[in-house]
Amino acid sequence: MKFAVVVFPGSNCDHDAYYAVEHVLGQEAAFVWHKDTSLGGADVVVLPGGFAHGDYLRTGAIARFSPIMQAVQAFADAGGPVLGICNGFQVLLEAGLLPGAMLRNRSVKFQCEHVFVRVEQTHTPFTMACRQGQVLRIPIAHGEGNYYAEPAVVERLEQNRQVVFRYTTAAGEVTDAANPNGSVHNIAGLCNERRNVVGLMPHPERACELAVGSADGLLLFDSVVRALTQGVLATAR
Amino acid sequence: MRARVFVTLKPSVFDPQGTTVADALHTLGYAAVRNVRQGKYFELDIDAQTAEDARKLASEAADKLLANPVIESYRIEVGNA
Repeated sequence: MKFAVVVFPGSNCDHDAYYAVEHVLGQEAAFVWHKDTSLGGADVVVLPGGFAHGDYLRTGAIARFSPIMQAVQAFADAGGPVLGICNGFQVLLEAGLLPGAMLRNRSVKFQCEHVFVRVEQTHTPFTMACRQGQVLRIPIAHGEGNYYAEPAVVERLEQNRQVVFRYTTAAGEVTDAANPNGSVHNIAGLCNERRNVVGLMPHPERACELAVGSADGLLLFDSVVRALTQGVLATAR
Repeated sequence: MRARVFVTLKPSVFDPQGTTVADALHTLGYAAVRNVRQGKYFELDIDAQTAEDARKLASEAADKLLANPVIESYRIEVGNA
């Protein structure tokens, strides 16, 4: 199974994602430069964290126009599984592959810490190996992760069960204190209507081995392997 | 022609940066400052024959790139550079 890790100028979690896939998960990973126009026959696409194009203008706003994004859009349209992590999530929002936008954290600080997120939906290619309501311990590292969408959009996300991860306490309670950035409805991650595109602010690729404090993030990568193996997803090549 | 594009967060959107700036101004003693909203300002020097053409181009640029319609709105002023 082949994972494409898209590299923008300013990506800095691309190697973490590559390492998680190739050396922990044991699947094939390949870097794809943002100026490329082909994903090289990948089965899964990962948009990694970092500061694509320096986060100039707005996070993800310039990356959205990188040539590779047309291929990512086509891959997503064909039902292929796409995972946007942190800055990758921000790129997906700017590109319109997921609804909403990011605001500066309500603390106006760069938040870098382990947080707890509850799996709200297991019916996505990146969460099917999780239990419904399972609480994962995964780090965040961002200054602009304060998810915002118009109230009507948030309502639709909730109705369609598109909220995939929510910030909670260790016990899985949704509280304001457990919300590290002010995101509406404690939203930490969501999927598109078709459920094949998932974005989240926490970094699962940084939580794939107990040596780094948590291996909970590996569940997301295990999930997509299972999804593709079981043929839950249409192949998008 | 020069187009000036002012991008601001929509009134309904919380502005943590503006709030922080307001707090700092209050610390400096400017109690009269009720509220601060932070935005972005762009100057576009445009090869255009008429102000109308320049405005049209700047408006397209704002729609496509300079502003994110989910959270921001913009206004444009056009004049000679």
